[in-house]
Amino acid sequence: MSFQASRPNLLAAPAVAWLLVFMVLPCLLILSYAFFERGTWGGVVYDFTLENFQRVVDPLYAKIFLNSARIAGLVTLIAILIAYPAAYAINRAPKHRQAMLLFFAVLPFWSNYLIRTYAWIVLLNREGLLNNLLRMAGYDGEPLSLLYSEGAVIVGLVYNYLPFVILAIYSTLSRLNPELMEASRDLGGGPVSTFLRVTLPLTMSGVAAGGVFVFVLSIGNFVTPALLGGGRFQMIGNVVYDQFLTANDWPFGAALGMVLIATMIILLFLQGRATAHASGERAGAPS
Amino acid sequence: MSSAAGARLPGRIVLFCVFGFLYLPIAVLVLLSFNEAGLPTTWSGFSTKWYVALAGNSEILGAAWNTLVVAVAATLISTVLGTLLAIGMETRRRKSTGLEALAFAPMVIPDIVLAVALLTFFSRLNLTLGLHTIILSHVIFDLAFVCSIVRARLKHFDYSIVEASRDLGASGWTTFWRVTFPVLLPAIIAGALLAFTLSVDEFIIAFFTAGAGRSSITLPIQIYSMIRFGITPEINALATIVMGVSALALLISQWVNKEQMS
Repeated sequence: MSFQASRPNLLAAPAVAWLLVFMVLPCLLILSYAFFERGTWGGVVYDFTLENFQRVVDPLYAKIFLNSARIAGLVTLIAILIAYPAAYAINRAPKHRQAMLLFFAVLPFWSNYLIRTYAWIVLLNREGLLNNLLRMAGYDGEPLSLLYSEGAVIVGLVYNYLPFVILAIYSTLSRLNPELMEASRDLGGGPVSTFLRVTLPLTMSGVAAGGVFVFVLSIGNFVTPALLGGGRFQMIGNVVYDQFLTANDWPFGAALGMVLIATMIILLFLQGRATAHASGERAGAPS
Repeated sequence: MSSAAGARLPGRIVLFCVFGFLYLPIAVLVLLSFNEAGLPTTWSGFSTKWYVALAGNSEILGAAWNTLVVAVAATLISTVLGTLLAIGMETRRRKSTGLEALAFAPMVIPDIVLAVALLTFFSRLNLTLGLHTIILSHVIFDLAFVCSIVRARLKHFDYSIVEASRDLGASGWTTFWRVTFPVLLPAIIAGALLAFTLSVDEFIIAFFTAGAGRSSITLPIQIYSMIRFGITPEINALATIVMGVSALALLISQWVNKEQMS
């Protein structure tokens, strides 16, 4: 290859060095902190211990972790149920309009996360738009406290991550060979069975990619629970935040962070396996 | 064709609902920022007074300036590093799994984990926290996104024009600037604009690596502290401006790099 990059490694080196120093090294550092003891006045005492990980499985924290996983699971499920029809509809739209529709579906995702969450405070608070609409519709009881609830947190997370799921599912749908669906119809498959037995299985890799992404970002989130869940509502991200900025127990916070990273790696691994499996199937399908 | 047109109606309804869900909350916010009374309860006439109030708020102006400094610096560094990384990765003889994982990780690692890792790292080095530590941190994910956009364009790159240039006697350096770079430029600009937007809007990592004190507060940090005290009309106006800037940067980015979509 006579491309001027005769030394690809040299070109990659500055970025690789940056990532090694500012991402890999810090992550290894907190990994090591997770095995040290907390100092009496905060800080870290470099004595090896497994106590931090024992505390992670302490019923108190295990409960928060499981609760976060449950909420993240619900968010993932709802996001997929909304995103799939949306991606399907975009894929069915006239070709020249698809790029534009997709762009506007994803646009909110790249804009400010805090502001998108704040928008829901404006909608859901006791004097907010939804309560006003209810009042106009004739409801004259106490204003509903929609904000500062688990439901508000779930809505906020779905809202924030939905665009990415639409993008992930669309990208597998748009690569699908339409002849496969036609073949299914020709062989007597109705629209429902064609969808369930052909389209859906072939697009599971997109569903998995979007789902893993939403789950990972939701389970470690601390901004949305803090803003929409109210002060007492805790997810695992809020506990990590507290350990570092208020409780000053960095080793325990580090152990919790490692659990999040481990969850992420396991899910990405499973997703990779699922995708490899799906593409193997596709390669085997006659075209 | 009539069945296809018929099949499009449910699709339209779905798209109408989903886009409504995505854009209605933002629209309400924008509308309220022009509300005289500033409160969501009643509409009392069009007014730009909340924008005028913003222009006189020195805290917000200071935060906006800090955000600009961080975003511009992080964008410049990450655009250079990310582009070089992309060329390096695409011209390798063999795909390196380690390199792929390293370039992918910044896009998927939970923000909170990276944030506490960086805070720990900087304090271990006894580095004073401030705008510079935010910049160092933002380059991490910015460069990963620049790299992925430039790589997407390199995948469609016609290497024969590079060979032609070399055959005609141009040096590697000349070939890069006169042949490769112009082809990559739209993707590089698109990547830079995306990096800029991400940096302007990034909150969690900035929050952890900014350190104490007002001197290194960025707009998202300022917005977070304002939101926690409740709804104010100024936030609506500020939110509208920030959203507008992001949307504009992304529209330009899309427009510059649009050939890639087709």
